[in-house]
Amino acid sequence: MSENTHTQQHPGYGLYILVWAGLVGLTTITVALAGFNLAGLTVVTALAIAIVKSLLVTNYFMHVKTDSPVFRVFIFVCIAIFIVVIVLTFFDLTYRFPLK
Amino acid sequence: MNNEATLNHGHSHRDDLGSKMGMWLFLLTELLLFGGMFILYASYRYMYADNFKVAAMHLDTLIGSVNTILLLTSSLTVALSIAALQRKQTRFSVYLLLFTIVAGGAFLVNKYFEWSAKIGHGIYPKGPEMANLSDGEVIFYGLYYVMTGLHALHVIVGLVFIGFMVVFILKGKQTFDNFQRLENAGLYWHLVDIIWIFLFPLFYLIH
Repeated sequence: MSENTHTQQHPGYGLYILVWAGLVGLTTITVALAGFNLAGLTVVTALAIAIVKSLLVTNYFMHVKTDSPVFRVFIFVCIAIFIVVIVLTFFDLTYRFPLK
Repeated sequence: MNNEATLNHGHSHRDDLGSKMGMWLFLLTELLLFGGMFILYASYRYMYADNFKVAAMHLDTLIGSVNTILLLTSSLTVALSIAALQRKQTRFSVYLLLFTIVAGGAFLVNKYFEWSAKIGHGIYPKGPEMANLSDGEVIFYGLYYVMTGLHALHVIVGLVFIGFMVVFILKGKQTFDNFQRLENAGLYWHLVDIIWIFLFPLFYLIH
């Protein structure tokens, strides 16, 4: 059952460098945005940029985009568990400590 | 799966897909480990939003940004190193891994100076400055030390892991058609990168 799926494909250096440039660009944007007062949107934008960056890393550097779909299922289940726990935690938290 | 790889290496009982699945399952437990801490951070940030902003202003955004670029670049060189090995450019592959180790080491050196400066100001558990801080700030620095500390521990483990891969490549144990261990080391290093991608804005950029 030794299925070596990567011997056939040779991802190009150029694509990796492009992804890296995108990651550095997004880092610059998120640092620059921190200088502005975006009121309630500061955390939302910072997290949105972090999510885009992590998608770039998982899809290209970690090859999830081209790998077997089973890895996407793994990641989906893990993220789903995380979201359920954080939502339940905040139901509890907002009930105990309502924002004034 | 009677592809070429099986015919050439049928005797070695390799299962690259299984190996990668095992690595991913481990990485996801790591993600949930840090996930628990992120939930703790989110809960306390909800309760002490203003204190968190004050405390975050005292972290050095420049060091944080430099460290982010260092980790992103080291992730790039790991990915490139696997591509280089696939193209039988063994020497280039090793150089890229050595660059990764240097960049990861530089990350830790920055972290050392950053922590030293904070400790020098009396900000550490039971430190003299802690009595002057609000509850929220004390919790912020507690989370800061635990989360960046655990992350730094992962950087150290990743560097050792990659160091072994350099040895394996030089000894011919990881080659252009047998590089799953290198790929697993790369996956671990990218995970460390992803965790930092979230730690950086949450601790350094929330003011």
